[in-house]
Amino acid sequence: MIEVQDLTKAYGSVTAVDHVSFSVKKGEILGFLGPNGAGKTTTMRILTGFMPATSGTAKIGGFDVFNDSLEVRRHIGYLPEAPPVYPDMSVETYLDFVARIKNVPAEKRPGLIADALQKTGLSDKRHELIKRLSRGYKQRVGIAQALVHDPDVIILDEPTVGLDPKQIIEVRHLIKSLAGTHTIILSTHILPEVSMTCDRVVIINKGKIAAVDTPQNLTNQLKAGQRVRLEVSAPEASLREALGQVAGARRVQVESHSDGHLSANVEAEPGKDIRSALAAKVIEKGWPLFELRGVTLSLEDIFLQLTTDDSSHAQATN
Amino acid sequence: MKNVWAIYRKEMGHYFVSPIAYVFIGLFLILSAFFFNFFLTAVIQQSLSAEMEGMRFGMSQNIDVPSEVMRAFFGLLSTLVLFITPILTMGVYAEERKRGTMELLMTSPITETDIVLGKFFASFSLFALMLLPTLSYLIFMYLRSDPMPPWRVLFAGYAGILLLGASLTALGTFISSLTENQIIAAVLTFAAFLLVWVLDIGRNASGAVASVLTYLSVIRHYEDFTRGIIDTSGLVYYFSFIFLFVFLTIRSVDSMRWRRA
Repeated sequence: MIEVQDLTKAYGSVTAVDHVSFSVKKGEILGFLGPNGAGKTTTMRILTGFMPATSGTAKIGGFDVFNDSLEVRRHIGYLPEAPPVYPDMSVETYLDFVARIKNVPAEKRPGLIADALQKTGLSDKRHELIKRLSRGYKQRVGIAQALVHDPDVIILDEPTVGLDPKQIIEVRHLIKSLAGTHTIILSTHILPEVSMTCDRVVIINKGKIAAVDTPQNLTNQLKAGQRVRLEVSAPEASLREALGQVAGARRVQVESHSDGHLSANVEAEPGKDIRSALAAKVIEKGWPLFELRGVTLSLEDIFLQLTTDDSSHAQATN
Repeated sequence: MKNVWAIYRKEMGHYFVSPIAYVFIGLFLILSAFFFNFFLTAVIQQSLSAEMEGMRFGMSQNIDVPSEVMRAFFGLLSTLVLFITPILTMGVYAEERKRGTMELLMTSPITETDIVLGKFFASFSLFALMLLPTLSYLIFMYLRSDPMPPWRVLFAGYAGILLLGASLTALGTFISSLTENQIIAAVLTFAAFLLVWVLDIGRNASGAVASVLTYLSVIRHYEDFTRGIIDTSGLVYYFSFIFLFVFLTIRSVDSMRWRRA
């Protein structure tokens, strides 16, 4: 459905998007994950035909986003970072206007508008002026606007920003319910959002793609290199040495704990469970063991590993 | 065409849902009515005293009251237009860009031409609507005049003010498309209006440059219209002016895709 090849966008000397390639299958939800300023918005703006790319191609439904821009725009719904609403309009008038400029024929408009209102939970606010709505409701109007012409592809730039936790859950449900019939790209810098809603994740940082995979695979991939955390009362140097001798232990970090114990992080070789071996080692040495647990990496850790260099990563996870 | 209509409807809705249209039309009508009344009484008094002097000295010197009033009134309308149009057009694109709704328009399956034409016609319609009630002042004067002045003068005068308004609207919307800031748009528009206004400063000078500049002044051609003359050169001038700035606006809106950095 969506094919992106070597997409590059440079603003003067700054390269916002650097040779990005990915593809999205029909009915899939693709998450775009990255820190602020990673190039998510720029990529989306190129896909929606809002701005041209410096080089590379992007195709939606077989149409080039630059050469067949109008055709592409007919098939996409787009929610920009800030909901593009007219404060003086009522919700219904606004959606009617959007439906018109999206070339929805007159006889289909009332039905589609009612659908969009219902899906976004705005039915009872339809006559309200947009400027009187709260931030969360404005965001919903923005989402309704992206759905109103029932597009094949929906592109949502940070759809849950500014919503309260309950609304966030509702929006995630809405997005999931749209998958299958619609192809969706959404961007976010909130990690749980990706693991909850997306079929696949593109992690993007400084304009470059750091990883593309399913949320499960990304998590599994790094779970392989499991880490074990211990809390022991022992001399620092000998602890470090002893733990390093355990078969399968790769890297040992030791630091002193506030109450005089030492805490150690041991990284295991991929695929090995070294917890019992570590316990045995500590007992063998006769040191009191206070805690020993395996640490599974969250998507958060993976994200940081992929988007930051090693030294700052170590600080961030400790 | 349907897309132009969609944009047009939206713009008109914006004018009439917000207080903009009412404030403009109200203010314009108060000022124009006041001045019309002032011109009418002044010219009538002038003509009465001229008549009395004529009787005293035996020379009859008639003043054509309706023509004099119309000349003064159309002059006033053009001045009001000079001040009002920049405020009318300042937000047309600037506001849209600031609110981020330009992104909606430009990612919808409509062309830049649709957007620009819809917006231009809407601004012009508001301008024409604002002008419409003033027609009643002049019709009232026509019906009370004996002999009635030729309707051609009224028609030409309104054709002139509409063309002048359309030209300035085209220029004003173009300037609005260049900036995100409404105040800057208004100030630049006003400055640009003054510039094209005073180009006929060399009207009495001779030489090629002076005559070219005079031809380029928006007000020079307007004066012909207010005298009841519909001159082809005036029509050509105004239509070229409108076409040029509408075209430039389309290019400017198109270039927003590249400019946004």
